[in-house]
Amino acid sequence: MNIDKDLVAAMASPLVLTILAEGGSYGYAILKRVRELSGGELEWSDGMLYPLLHRLERLGHIRAEWGSSPEGRRRKNYEITESGLSQLAEQQRQWQTATRALGALWGQGPRSGSGTMKLAGA
Amino acid sequence: MGVLETQISQWRAAVTRNRAVDAADVEELEGHLREQVADLELTGLSEEEAFLVAVKRLGAVDGVTAEFARVHGDRLWKQLVLDGEPGEPGARGRPLLAMLAFAAVAAVGIQLARLAGGDQPWFTRDLALFVLPVLAAYFVWLRRPPRRQVIVLAAAVAALAVLANVFPFARDAQTGVLVGIHLPVVLWFVVGVAYLSGEWRSSSRRMDFVRFTGEWAIYYVLIALGGGVLMGLTSLVLAPIVDGDVYEQVFLFAVPSGAAAAVIVAAWLVEAKKSVIENIAPVLTAIFTPLFAVMLVAAVIGYLIAGIGHPFNRELLIAFDALLLVVLALVLYGISARDSLKPVGLTDALRLVAMIAAIVLDLLVLGSMLARIGDDGFTPNRVAALVVNVILLVDLAGTAWITARAIAGRAAAVAIDRWQTGYLPVFAAWGVVAVAVLPLVFWFA
Repeated sequence: MNIDKDLVAAMASPLVLTILAEGGSYGYAILKRVRELSGGELEWSDGMLYPLLHRLERLGHIRAEWGSSPEGRRRKNYEITESGLSQLAEQQRQWQTATRALGALWGQGPRSGSGTMKLAGA
Repeated sequence: MGVLETQISQWRAAVTRNRAVDAADVEELEGHLREQVADLELTGLSEEEAFLVAVKRLGAVDGVTAEFARVHGDRLWKQLVLDGEPGEPGARGRPLLAMLAFAAVAAVGIQLARLAGGDQPWFTRDLALFVLPVLAAYFVWLRRPPRRQVIVLAAAVAALAVLANVFPFARDAQTGVLVGIHLPVVLWFVVGVAYLSGEWRSSSRRMDFVRFTGEWAIYYVLIALGGGVLMGLTSLVLAPIVDGDVYEQVFLFAVPSGAAAAVIVAAWLVEAKKSVIENIAPVLTAIFTPLFAVMLVAAVIGYLIAGIGHPFNRELLIAFDALLLVVLALVLYGISARDSLKPVGLTDALRLVAMIAAIVLDLLVLGSMLARIGDDGFTPNRVAALVVNVILLVDLAGTAWITARAIAGRAAAVAIDRWQTGYLPVFAAWGVVAVAVLPLVFWFA
């Protein structure tokens, strides 16, 4: 299954915030976690993560600090902030509303194949 | 290991090319790339395969840098660094302060000269002598050329100062005015030698000075426009409370000093903003070369229809000198901006059309001018206008010839640069002749 590009883009920010809410992390580790969670079904070019992290940092939702990796290479670590947590809560509400609304329309919840087919045929 | 490092540094170079991605971003991305490569190698891929997969996963460089540009759009608007980039090679202590000091010297110098003899003919004749040596001194301070060269430069300025003032010019002498016009030209070459600090034999460095000259002229005009607005508003604002004489006095102080200081400030700006924005002279030439080409071709057709036998006066020859100069400038900055690795193209052809039209037009005028000089005899002004015309014509003809050969694929585009920079001494030599020899030939008439 290929998830639509726009949908991936919309999911990216809550996804990253959620991962960071579990604890501070850095770029590559965040990406590995994303792959793990989506079972490899999210098509995401790795490079796009960094502009997103910088955007979130600029908005004050996350905080960045240079540290170093076990191999001694400089590494930028990210942490979620208070404003990031409240932003995440807000996005959770929005996504829940969206899935609830779609779920109610489609009747049997998001996993039903026939519901989607009917909609596509309409 | 060597292969991977080369590949990573190539990838780095590709990413760094975009200004929206700064060094820290590249470091972050590189860390990511390296970890990914290491992880992939653990799954059994070879180093090369791992690198290819990792780069693929990172995404196309264009896409990623475009995304960076969207987040960091401000980085594309580079700020003017007022006091030099820290750690810039060869940068000296406080360029901003030094520049202000030199500008102040120029401003005070011209003011003292004005107070000493603002209404004397020598004041206008020597105008450049009060300003351009200061600019040369600024570059000497900036570049630290060898001592011998500094002495030669100082001697040249001193010799010019003596030459321009030792001659007993007659009242309203044409030769005196000509000295006043050519002195800045010669002094500009003195500035050029200081600017190039010991590398004036190198063709590419001379081209740098030509570029500098064009950018400097544009900055000077911009500053002058700003100064004009400032002066105009000052007179409007002060009008209700001060009577005319007072601000006339203010202007007498502010205008010459401001104009002199702006010479230094404009030169500093050209150097300071090198990394901030693209050069503007090539942009202007790209706009105006086609327009001039059209105008010149139309003019040639017009002259051919109207007939060549019309009498021309001296003013027309001066106008044609100016025309050749402008066409030459358009050509020069067009050339200086072209990528020397790219093959010749449409813009080169347009440039050639403009040059040929200008040459034909000038030959028409020159022919009838020569006939008239035969009738009316030589005056200093006519001789000067004529010599300048011939010098510019030869320069343009040479450039057109090499451009045509380059378009035909028989010469390298860089040959045009070499011809131009090689021709520069001719201008300097004529300047010296006009200052030192012409007054003697016409006995200060």
